[in-house]
Amino acid sequence: MPFIPHTEEDVREMLATIGAPDIEALFDEIPTALRCGKLKKLPQAMSEMEVAGLMSARANQDGQPVCFMGAGAYDHHIPAAVWQLASRGEFYTAYTPYQAEASQGTLQVLYEFQSMMAALTGMDVSNASLYDGATALAEAVLMAVRANRKSKSRRILIPRSLHPAYRRVVQTMVGNQNIELVELPFDTAGGHTDPATLAVFDGQDIAALVIPQPNYFGVLEEVDALTDWAHANKALAIAVVNPVALAVLNPPGEWGEQGADICCGEGQPLGAPLSSGGPYFGFMCCTQALVRQMPGRIVGGTRDLEGKVGYTLTLQAREQHIRRSKATSNICTNQGLMATAATIHMALLGSDGLERVAIACHANTQSLTQKLASIAGVEPLFNRPVFHEQVLRLPISADGVLDQLSAMDVLGGLDLSRDYPELGDAILVCATEKRTEPEMDDFQQKLQMILTC
Amino acid sequence: MLIYQQSRTGRRAAAQAPLQKAELSGIPEAFRRKQRADLPEVSEMQAVRHYTRLSQQNFSIDTQFYPLGSCTMKYNPRGCNSLAMLPNLLARHPEAPADHSQGFMACIYELQEMLKEVTGMQAVSLSPAAGAQGEFAGVAMIRAYHDARGDDARTEILVPDAAHGTNPASAVMCGYKVREIPSGADGDVDVEALRKVVGPQTAGIMLTNPSTLGVFDRKIEEIAKLVHEAGGLLYYDGANLNAILGKVRPGDMGFDVIHVNLHKTFSTPHGGGGPGAGPVGVSKRLQPYLPVPMVAHDGERYHWLTEVDCPESIGRLSTFAGNAGVLLRAYIYARMLGGEGMERVAEYSTLNANYMMKRLTDAGFEAAYPDRRATHEFILTLQKQAKQLGVNTMDFAKRLLDYGYHAPTTYFPLLVPECLLIEPTETETREELDGFIDALCSIKQEAEEHPEQVKSAPHNLPVKRLDDVRAARELDLAWKPDNFN
Repeated sequence: MPFIPHTEEDVREMLATIGAPDIEALFDEIPTALRCGKLKKLPQAMSEMEVAGLMSARANQDGQPVCFMGAGAYDHHIPAAVWQLASRGEFYTAYTPYQAEASQGTLQVLYEFQSMMAALTGMDVSNASLYDGATALAEAVLMAVRANRKSKSRRILIPRSLHPAYRRVVQTMVGNQNIELVELPFDTAGGHTDPATLAVFDGQDIAALVIPQPNYFGVLEEVDALTDWAHANKALAIAVVNPVALAVLNPPGEWGEQGADICCGEGQPLGAPLSSGGPYFGFMCCTQALVRQMPGRIVGGTRDLEGKVGYTLTLQAREQHIRRSKATSNICTNQGLMATAATIHMALLGSDGLERVAIACHANTQSLTQKLASIAGVEPLFNRPVFHEQVLRLPISADGVLDQLSAMDVLGGLDLSRDYPELGDAILVCATEKRTEPEMDDFQQKLQMILTC
Repeated sequence: MLIYQQSRTGRRAAAQAPLQKAELSGIPEAFRRKQRADLPEVSEMQAVRHYTRLSQQNFSIDTQFYPLGSCTMKYNPRGCNSLAMLPNLLARHPEAPADHSQGFMACIYELQEMLKEVTGMQAVSLSPAAGAQGEFAGVAMIRAYHDARGDDARTEILVPDAAHGTNPASAVMCGYKVREIPSGADGDVDVEALRKVVGPQTAGIMLTNPSTLGVFDRKIEEIAKLVHEAGGLLYYDGANLNAILGKVRPGDMGFDVIHVNLHKTFSTPHGGGGPGAGPVGVSKRLQPYLPVPMVAHDGERYHWLTEVDCPESIGRLSTFAGNAGVLLRAYIYARMLGGEGMERVAEYSTLNANYMMKRLTDAGFEAAYPDRRATHEFILTLQKQAKQLGVNTMDFAKRLLDYGYHAPTTYFPLLVPECLLIEPTETETREELDGFIDALCSIKQEAEEHPEQVKSAPHNLPVKRLDDVRAARELDLAWKPDNFN
């Protein structure tokens, strides 16, 4: 029997111990009328070998096109050691570290994770992960509403330049709690949120301002001015950042005069494969003053009976298994293994390696932009600096172009007409450190061919 | 020792990053970082050795029996991991167009279909990233249903006292008030108490069946009838689905909406706390509200259903499509089990639990519900030992670690004093169960003869018992150079 070790003799003796005639008798408390009988629509069992054949065929069917797509998920190199270590059974098959003495491995990794995330973001503290970037922002919004005692409004300002899926997820997750999400327009020339547009909200009661860096278009926002505006208006500043970009960009802890209050984002660029959108991990960092309002698990250093350093889950009085309906969030299972991989990823790269990755992504995207913009009718839509993504205007409708590129095994970017119809025929492209000059030349030639046909 | 303490300025794992350092030409100085982030600087071998050693300080299913109640710590087949990590699957971008997605989407679609069949629900969305997010989605759908009918007087969600803490927390996130329902002396929900509080203000009830008390609620049909007649809906917390897989289906018990913890019943790994996956299934009337995205099949090709196709959906729960890699592992596991294998999961997990409960009660331990059948888990209460010997459940749990067994769930559910919730799962051998039973008996004897030995446990682990109070009072949440001087 797959994954069940019992011999016939085991079953016989165990039933004799219990005093039951057969296994079926163990289900005698379930009302007979409810029993489902044999489920006919379930497939027959397959051996591992047969499933391997099936999965290989399906994976081959999808192929592996060259990826110039970003839009929230980035094709970075992951050192071989990351998943060889993270897949060790001792990490892979452990539970949440409730028994601290038997989980020092996971707990220390998470403490190192928190330390690295705090260092990268310039914030005081980090939690041990949330589901993904979008849900981390939704939790940050809820946290800001709880934490901002100067505000009674439950109003949150969210720029339209923020990832559209993040805006939708926030709406889903906070929509039932009387929180008002107000959309801020972006500047059509720069693709950024012009701090001047906030003047209409001067002096109003706002709980928090969300500040993406870079924003969905890859464009760098005026984060210092936005953060200062938030604080001048007694709103909290919530930073939404790309962790690889932080190797070269000013960290949220240093934005404006006082720094951001909460910082969150998508951790995928730190060691998680693209993998169809998950599992990734959300990260969340904040100032020391807000730590008790933070959702999710937090690991702290402590001592054992003999004074030896050890690690344990802490501040658990915030969490659902203790506080139940009064918890800071309902989150229980998080993305621990992804945080483990990210920790190993950051340890292998170090700040120099992460900086090299960030700069290479930036340089490749600059290079790609030049190559593609050399084609007649293709041009960058915004005139402001970008990190590693760029919005390009096409001379014809984007979806047909992208379909043709896809048929030639190039993922040529994301069609923005779905979420930003006001931008016309525009695509969002990205070239990470993995993209080579020949791949970029190939993309350019194919795009040129399609557009001149 | 922390990785930070092994760091030396200027050392790096050179092969891991681009060798040529490019120009940061397009980013003005004002946007740039002034000082490098303080990340460790170590060689590749140092990192590999460090994290290998740390892994060895963990208990895990691969190394130990791990009978955590309500967590279903069964063997995680290696084949599920390696096949879900085929290079093309790992490299698939979440926004990849349909012609590069048919293979992946076939797996997702078939998993939706299998979960429909095994839960008895009408439709399934795989998008929730974990059980608690499934609960959130489920309660949000209940709310959307009542709202769509203009039935806005329903402000309460009923939750039994034995429920997981996520249940009340999820209900609150959906804007509901929570009202607790007591369990009766036999472990079933107290139907008379329920009758008194159910009414026009009831939006729904959240139930786990079998409950976390380790028993199947025999009055489930009566409960369903009561709540439905009052206009409320029934939510099924699938944390304990392992106990009844292929035997009885939540849909047939009368539930309107459920979530399934794939990281429990469908054997995807727990990863030291996640990732999980918490797909939701619904009856016909809640189908329009399912979270997006989902996969549909038009007879020829697979395509995504999004907000555009499902305008009444409660919306999106993650940036893309949830924990896709976890879903693939669950799919592979389900294909290896097939229909028959699923039924065997319930049978052998139940056999193991009843065998352990019988042997332990024969050995003098007190079961919380001795007159009931165990499901896939059962509860012992150590209140006698705590009162008479001053050795409590936590002491037993810590001492078990010395014997090389992970402790069962302790002090949950909250209503049973000094409890151990024990869930062996179907994948354990009888020898392993016997070894654990012997260890518990031997600890009981130690508690009687040398209580200090148990109270000061663990003795054989990398650290002795840790000071949780200090951890919370003197917060140390991130490494700083002077922390350890």
